[in-house]
Amino acid sequence: MKIDKQRAHALLYQMKLIRRLEEACVEYYSAGMIRGFLHLYIGQEAVAVGIMEHVREDDAVVATYREHAHALLKGLSAPCIMSEMFGTVEGCSRGRGGSMHLFSAPHRFFGGNAIVGGGLPMAVGLAMADKMQGRDRVTLCFFGEGAVAEGEFHEAMNLAELWKLPVLFCCENNSYAMGTHIERSESVTNLVKKAESYGVPAARVDGMDVLAVSAAAKSAIERVRSEGWGPYFLECQTYRFRAHSMFDPELYRSKAEVDKWKQRGPILTFVKKLTDADLLNGDEFVELAERVRIEIAGAVAYAKTGAPEAVEDLRRHVYWEGPPLPGPAGGVQ
Amino acid sequence: MSATTMSYRDAVRMAIQEAMRRDERVFVMGEDVALYGGPYGVTKDLVKEFGPDRIRDTPLSESGFTGAGIGAALGGMRPIVEIMTVNFSLLALDQIVNTAATFCHMSGGQLAVPLVIRMATGAGRQLAAQHSHSLEGWYAHVPGLKILTPATIPDARGMLWTALMDPNPVLIFEHAGLYNTKGELADDAGAVNINKAKVVREGSDVSIITYGGTLSKSLEAAERLAGSGISAEVLDLRSLRPLDNDSILSTVGKTHRAVIVDEGWRSGGISAEIMARITEGAFYELDAPVERVCTAEVPIPYAHHMELAALPQPEAIVLAAKRTLKGG
Repeated sequence: MKIDKQRAHALLYQMKLIRRLEEACVEYYSAGMIRGFLHLYIGQEAVAVGIMEHVREDDAVVATYREHAHALLKGLSAPCIMSEMFGTVEGCSRGRGGSMHLFSAPHRFFGGNAIVGGGLPMAVGLAMADKMQGRDRVTLCFFGEGAVAEGEFHEAMNLAELWKLPVLFCCENNSYAMGTHIERSESVTNLVKKAESYGVPAARVDGMDVLAVSAAAKSAIERVRSEGWGPYFLECQTYRFRAHSMFDPELYRSKAEVDKWKQRGPILTFVKKLTDADLLNGDEFVELAERVRIEIAGAVAYAKTGAPEAVEDLRRHVYWEGPPLPGPAGGVQ
Repeated sequence: MSATTMSYRDAVRMAIQEAMRRDERVFVMGEDVALYGGPYGVTKDLVKEFGPDRIRDTPLSESGFTGAGIGAALGGMRPIVEIMTVNFSLLALDQIVNTAATFCHMSGGQLAVPLVIRMATGAGRQLAAQHSHSLEGWYAHVPGLKILTPATIPDARGMLWTALMDPNPVLIFEHAGLYNTKGELADDAGAVNINKAKVVREGSDVSIITYGGTLSKSLEAAERLAGSGISAEVLDLRSLRPLDNDSILSTVGKTHRAVIVDEGWRSGGISAEIMARITEGAFYELDAPVERVCTAEVPIPYAHHMELAALPQPEAIVLAAKRTLKGG
């Protein structure tokens, strides 16, 4: 295996950081300090880590309600993400959004969209703005395979290819739309074929293998960034180890199926791969895990001391309160 | 002061053209806006001046291109999305209500969505039940949106630029029956405010409160009432969200009687909201129960006589006004 040790450790660190962040979320959900819907990414970490390795600071990311990892990897701090879950004013959305609606304008992280498929047209528009203004930025749009059944998926595919827009559509296929398996919801389960039917070049990759995802994403993003090439569709086959949300008794799948996928866990297999290649020893692993633990403990401590927003401010932020937008008609963000 | 006579359609086109000349980030996208010239002819010939990127024909994907408009606005453009009719906007309802209206708040005030969506609304052209409804009152229910209903030539021309300067999503409802109407536009006319209602006819006996396509019918009713010795004041709301409470309460405080005229359906409509506000804020000013003239609660029928019967007409407005006066 040819991989730089430092890079390997960085990828492992990111996957473990996401995992630990979400384990902490479960802990504080159980303690009643995080409420609402909480959708965990556990099991799918290799997808976001592999893809986001190639995202540029000025690229845009549009994600779903299962977006803690993507937010973290786009540069939102663990403390501001954890604070958002705790519903405090220090949260990245001032506590107005919660787990499903993480946002950061300076990081060009556009949510956190809990309408399945709802983010795809927006990604088309963000890319359109870049193309019309002659910028070489890329918009990454994450969605699950469930979104493929929505009309907005098909409209967005068509528009992006028709107008040759720089969007990387990242389909995180974990087989289940809530509890409905793809075999029970799609007449054609080959998602690559669906994208290709719109003329969008597409590929499928093992979403449990961070290096495979990274390699596929690298060439996909390079292609999308090259002027005039238009969008690309990348299907990452993955699996969610936890329930859909905290309210899901998982009646629709067997423990054996989950266990089988866990054997292919992205962290487990990557650690083994690195160990076998002498790129990671026991001490290094312990040290890395400790750094992860400290960072998330710090985020939790920060969130715990956060302040609830003043109730008098309830009606704020429904309309823009920021400074006047610049330009003849205003509006650069 | 000199003025030019023009159609409502020309006024909207002029507003778009001026905005696009002034700010290169402004562009129009919608179904048949370019080569066809716009379903109502509003964008006719603009593609010759601005090219197909800025006057952009879209596929029949209302949700897709409305969402793309939101994304483009977030990306620094100033899109004008044209939706052919309000009935078709229901295919984009998710993007308008779940995304455009929520993003500023849901992000804790970080994201402005400076998007303008124009669409035709209203009946009167025998287009039946899937091209004729007046659903602007529905949209006015939603916090995060602004809802404009230009009824006059100066507003058709002036509201668009003001809407483009607004950092929030603004929906402009153009009553399809108005496109061919003509009026004067002062040569020095500019942008207009979009948060104040306007008294378009002064009166002292009864207030007729209306907007959009029923303004001209209300003015016609006021003229007929004058013939009967009744002085009616006509208030053009201009904006349904925000609603100009002060102007509503002020005209009711002056005349002590009110008739609300709305081409939307009666139940749960914007007329009900206006009545509620009058009840809350001017109850003791009232000398008579508030009257409403709305569209009959049927999907708009095709046959001409049936469509006319379904819609608010000047005669019904006159009768409603007289009912408010019968006691005193």
